Amino acid sequence: MADTMQAGDGQTRRDFIYLAAAAMGGVGAASALWPFIHSLNPAADTLALASIEVDLAPIAAGQAIKAMWRGKPVFIRNRTPEEIESARKVPMSELIDPQTDQDRVKAGKENWLVLVGVCTHLGCIPLGTSSGEPRGDYGGWFCPCHGSHYDTAGRIRKGPAPLNLHVPEYAFISDTRVKIG
Amino acid sequence: MAHAPKSNFSNPVVNWIDQRLPIITMMNKEYGSFPTPRNFNSLWNFGAIAMVVLATMIVSGVVLAMHYTNNTALAFDSVERIMRDVNWGWMIRYIHANGASMFFIAVYIHIFRGVYYGSYKAPRELIWIFGVIILLLMMGTAFMGYVLPWGQMSFWGATVITNLFSAIPVVGEHIVTLLWGGFSVDNPTLNRFFALHFLLPFVLIAVVFLHVAALHITGSNNPLGVEPKGPQDTLPFHPYYTTKDLFGVVLFLIFFAAFVFFAPNYLGHPDNYIPADPLVTPAHIVPEWYFLPFYAILRSITFSITLPFTDVVLIPAKLGGVIGMFGSIAILFVLPWLDTSPVRSSRFRPIFKWWVLLWLVPAFLVLGYVGGKPAEQPYVLLGQIATVMYFVFFLALPIIGRIEKPLPLPASIAKPVLGGGSVATGATAQVMEKA
Repeated sequence: MADTMQAGDGQTRRDFIYLAAAAMGGVGAASALWPFIHSLNPAADTLALASIEVDLAPIAAGQAIKAMWRGKPVFIRNRTPEEIESARKVPMSELIDPQTDQDRVKAGKENWLVLVGVCTHLGCIPLGTSSGEPRGDYGGWFCPCHGSHYDTAGRIRKGPAPLNLHVPEYAFISDTRVKIG
Repeated sequence: MAHAPKSNFSNPVVNWIDQRLPIITMMNKEYGSFPTPRNFNSLWNFGAIAMVVLATMIVSGVVLAMHYTNNTALAFDSVERIMRDVNWGWMIRYIHANGASMFFIAVYIHIFRGVYYGSYKAPRELIWIFGVIILLLMMGTAFMGYVLPWGQMSFWGATVITNLFSAIPVVGEHIVTLLWGGFSVDNPTLNRFFALHFLLPFVLIAVVFLHVAALHITGSNNPLGVEPKGPQDTLPFHPYYTTKDLFGVVLFLIFFAAFVFFAPNYLGHPDNYIPADPLVTPAHIVPEWYFLPFYAILRSITFSITLPFTDVVLIPAKLGGVIGMFGSIAILFVLPWLDTSPVRSSRFRPIFKWWVLLWLVPAFLVLGYVGGKPAEQPYVLLGQIATVMYFVFFLALPIIGRIEKPLPLPASIAKPVLGGGSVATGATAQVMEKA
């Protein structure tokens, strides 16, 4: 009874002890939970996936290939001058995710377009890399899952995808060799 | 023995157990003499049918888990081994695969019955809410189970659905990486899906227990939607409804067996017999049929919502689709409060009855049809119309509750059943009763 009579406003030392104990317990429980959640994030061996090197020599103008990188396909396309031209003359105001063609390729290697081949909508692989596949209304890629159309710079032009196809980190090792990652 | 209940069973062993744990007294009370409205129609069978299918899924699933290998390099072959080499493996797998469809058939009919006869209304709101949680758990379990054979549809279905979470602003990408345990759907994803696919059915049982426990507090609704007024309105659960449920279960099992033995792959997709290939998306990704209506809502939001008169995007199309899809289930949670009419059964609700039958049911069926079609016109437009219809069904309920003039309710359940006039006098008072 003694502790309940100490403060006139109804606050007691015991209330404080309850709050402090509950807060301490809450912090402890949350800290104990974190390792279990974090264990579901990518493991060290998954993160350690090496970068890849791709030989570009066999890819003729107008053709494209798929390479596998971090469990995902990468599209490498050797664009024709007309395809580059059509990507560059599009006004920025027409784009859903505005970005110039120049920003998406390496200077001096404008014909090489390197993209992560995963639709930014829900992760399907857009069609248009192999010859004979539909390339959509803008001559780039077409995602069959939900109808997203990408242009010859891999930019989203029509459909539910919110963003352009991602450009991965890559560098030319030589004129015919590229390192991705 | 001050707290011991008095048990009076003639069998001394039964008596000994019941005095210490009155489980037999409890079963007698809840499933023996339990007073149940006397006027159930066949639609009231589907709760029991769903329960039988759940038990079938757990038995067949545990056996399959003993033969399955949860590794991306081995999973597909281990399923084919079950089909070809394991004794009766083909039958157990076909029971399990078709059982998922049967579970959804039973549950969708069960939900339809709940809507049509107003079973979600006071005092049964909590039963309804547990039911929606059961539906969500079923969807999660079914989705993860479909990934396990590691076929093309498994892989790409998992990719599309896990990518839904990337639509969440700011943390979306991190959540997807957390779900995958990597940079794409891969071995870590398969392993955790297998663990969860094994775990969630037992969570499901726990929620089913709560669903039924809450039902046994209020008692069942019935086709007339008026509460039993006395013993003349009810029958003991056993033998009347044990028999009726058993009859319904037998008919349903015939239907189930017809699929298992004569059309085991009719409800599946042939692409799932192609091993998963991360480099090739199937031309046409479709989820299992029971997800098609929700998949159609997801795909119907093809436009971004912007701040009026500006280009500022408030909700990008992708996030809009995800909100629409989850919203279509979330709205079920508030159905008991959207429907303001005190009358439960559609039999006495001249507007609501047709609002369900000619508006909600067609919208749901059209969504299911569109969900299985490619994302092109005219299906996109059709899906958008049906999506609007689906949500308008719920949002118009407060208005219908206000303008509708319900028909007079019978004075009791027994009255129309046992004769003495189909409609009682003093019906207006009954309408206000909010029984």
